[in-house]
Amino acid sequence: MDIARFVKRSAYEWEIAPTGNMRVPVIIYASEALIRDMDDKVAEQAVNVAALPGILKASYAMPDAHWGYGFPIGGVAAFDPDDDGVVSAGGVGFDISCGVRTLRTGLQRHHIETVKTALAEELYTTIPAGIGSTGHLHLKRHEMDDMLRGGAEWALQRGYGRPEDLERIEEHGCMKGAEPAQVSAQAKKRQQDEMGTLGSGNHYLEVQEVREIYNAAIAAAFGIADGDVVVSIHCGSRGLGHQIGTEFLKEMVIAAPQYGIHLPDRELACAPINSPLGQKYLGAMRAGINCALANRQILTDLTRNVFARLLPEADMALLYDVSHNTCKLEEHLIDGRRRKVYVHRKGATRAFGPGHPDIPEALRAVGQPVLIGGSMGSASYILAGAENNDQRSFSSACHGAGRAMSRHAATRRWRGRAVVDELAGRGIIIRSPGYRGVAEEAPGAYKDVAAVVEAAELAGLANKVARLEPLICIKG
Amino acid sequence: MAVVSGMRYAGYSTRLTVAMVVFRHRAAPFCVLIGAEMTAYWEHFAHDADIGVRGVADSIAAAFEQAAVAMTAVITDPAAVASDVMVEIDCEVPDVELLLVDWLNALICQMALRKMLFGRFEVMLTGTQLHATAWGEPVDVSRHAPAVEIKGATYTELKVYQQEDGRWVAQCIVDV
Repeated sequence: MDIARFVKRSAYEWEIAPTGNMRVPVIIYASEALIRDMDDKVAEQAVNVAALPGILKASYAMPDAHWGYGFPIGGVAAFDPDDDGVVSAGGVGFDISCGVRTLRTGLQRHHIETVKTALAEELYTTIPAGIGSTGHLHLKRHEMDDMLRGGAEWALQRGYGRPEDLERIEEHGCMKGAEPAQVSAQAKKRQQDEMGTLGSGNHYLEVQEVREIYNAAIAAAFGIADGDVVVSIHCGSRGLGHQIGTEFLKEMVIAAPQYGIHLPDRELACAPINSPLGQKYLGAMRAGINCALANRQILTDLTRNVFARLLPEADMALLYDVSHNTCKLEEHLIDGRRRKVYVHRKGATRAFGPGHPDIPEALRAVGQPVLIGGSMGSASYILAGAENNDQRSFSSACHGAGRAMSRHAATRRWRGRAVVDELAGRGIIIRSPGYRGVAEEAPGAYKDVAAVVEAAELAGLANKVARLEPLICIKG
Repeated sequence: MAVVSGMRYAGYSTRLTVAMVVFRHRAAPFCVLIGAEMTAYWEHFAHDADIGVRGVADSIAAAFEQAAVAMTAVITDPAAVASDVMVEIDCEVPDVELLLVDWLNALICQMALRKMLFGRFEVMLTGTQLHATAWGEPVDVSRHAPAVEIKGATYTELKVYQQEDGRWVAQCIVDV
C-alpha cells in the first residue's frame, strides 16, 4: 500500500484524514513495513467504513489487517445508536463469533512425546472436521432455541465442560439479548447436525508448546510457563452463523435506501441500530455468538475426553475464550464521558486493559488474555490487553497473522503433501481430510505473525506474554 | 481437453450438439467450446483471504452456470462430481447482480443442508427471477478431498456485465 496517503502519528500509528464522505479519520496500527505489504484495498475499505452513519472517533485497522469484504479483516468501528449509528452484517461477517480458546493441560512437552502420534490420531478421529462432517449431537427445534439463548452455559447444562469454564469466556459464556425467533428456519436447519464441529479453512485444533515467555508476571497470572503444553481451538458459529450473515446482508442491502443509507460498498450492508431491522439483526447475531460459544464448549469437552483417555493426568483448565467477528454493546470513554456504543470487530479481538470489570477476577489486574492464532505450522501468541487501549482502539487488538497470499497463489506455490512432510520434519504432526486445504493454509501464505504482535505491542494495543509453537494440528 | 479439441473439426450445428452433450454428461468441464469464437468458461481470481469466482459465457444464465462451476472448483474438481441427485433452486431479488449472490448462496445452503457437492447446473432467467437445476452427489471425503467449505458468496467484487465481445461475465468473492 502507498504509505504516502498516510500521516504518520507515530512509528505504529498511521492516519488518513477525513475527506469526501468520511465522517472520521482512518487509523491503522502497524509498522511501516506491514503497511507497505497491505493491499490498497485495506485503506479503501477502511475509508468506506469511515463514511458510515454514526461512526465514532475513527475507522480502525489492526496490524494484521487485510483485504476483506466490506470491512477490512482487522477492522474495528464503533457506532452511537442515538446519532443514527448503524449495525452492519458486513461488519461482523459470515462466521459470527469465530474465535479462539486455549486450554492449559498442566503438562510439559516431555509428558506427551511418547503418545504424540496416538494423540494426533485420536484427536483427528474424535473432532469432526471438514466438509460433510457432523457432530454427535442432533438438536431438535426447542433444543436449538435453548442453545441459541444459552451459549456455553447451555452446553454446560447438557454436560459439556466444567462450571468454572464460564468465567473464562467472554460474556460468561452466554451472550445476553439473543433472539432465536429472529434466526431463520433455514439457518437452524443448517446447524442441527453441526454442533461440535470444527469446520474448515483456517479453523483448527492445535496442541502447542509454550516456547517463550515475554512477561513473567502476566504469564504467571495466566497460569502458563515455558515448556507447558496447551491446546487451542479456532472455530466459529458454523452453518448457522453463515446463514444469518447471508440472509441479513441481503435484507440490509435491499433495505438501505429506505433508511436513507448510501452504501459505498454493498458488502457494508447495514441498518440503523434503532430500527426494526437493526434490532432483528442484533437478536439473530447474538444467537449466532451463543452458537459459537456452545460449539467451542462442546469441542473442548471432546478434547478433554481424548486427553483423559491418553494422558489422564492432564488438567485441561480453560485459560480463556475470545471471539473475533462480533458487534457488542460496550461502555467506552469518548470525549471525556462514558458512552454505550456498538463496537464492530471484524477479525479483531476484544482486548480489555487491566482493571476492566468484565475480565475474570483472577486476571483482572493484568488485562484480558488475547489469543492470537498463527497459521498451521507457525507460532501463535498470547497477549494481554494493554493499559489505556480504550482510547486507541475501543480496547481491540489483532486476531492472527493475516494472509499475505491468496489461496490461489498458495496452491500454485505449495503441494499439500510436501507441506505436511516438511512440518513433520520439524516435529509438527498435521492431520487433515485433504492436502489441497493444507496447501492453501501453508505457513508461507501468511504474514509474519511475530511482526504483527510486535506492532500490536508497540502500538499500545496489547502486551506480549508468550509464544506458542505447534506440535499437533488438526485441520478441517 | 481432447473432447473440446475434437469439436473444432465438427460443423457448427454438430459443435453445438456435442457441446451440449459434453455439458450434460461430463460434469462441468473447465471450458466448453460452443462455437469458433464463443466460449463458456470459469476461472478463479485472487483475493487476499478468500477467492474470487468468475463465469464467462454468451448469456447471463450461462455465466451464472459457469460461476457455480467455479465455486465448486474452490472445493473440489467439478469433473469428479457425479450427477446422481437433482436439486431445483429458485431465487428472486431486485437486480441481476444481487441475483448472482443469491444464486450462489442458495447453492452453498443446499450443499450444507444436503451434505452434497454439485458439478452441473442449468439456469433459466426471467428478468431477476432465477430457476435452476443443480446436479450432484453426496460428499465423499476420500474421493472429492474437499479443500475448504464455503461460508458465503459476498457482494465484494460483485459484477455482472457484458464484455465488448458480447459475452457476459458474472463474478464475486466467496468467503471460505
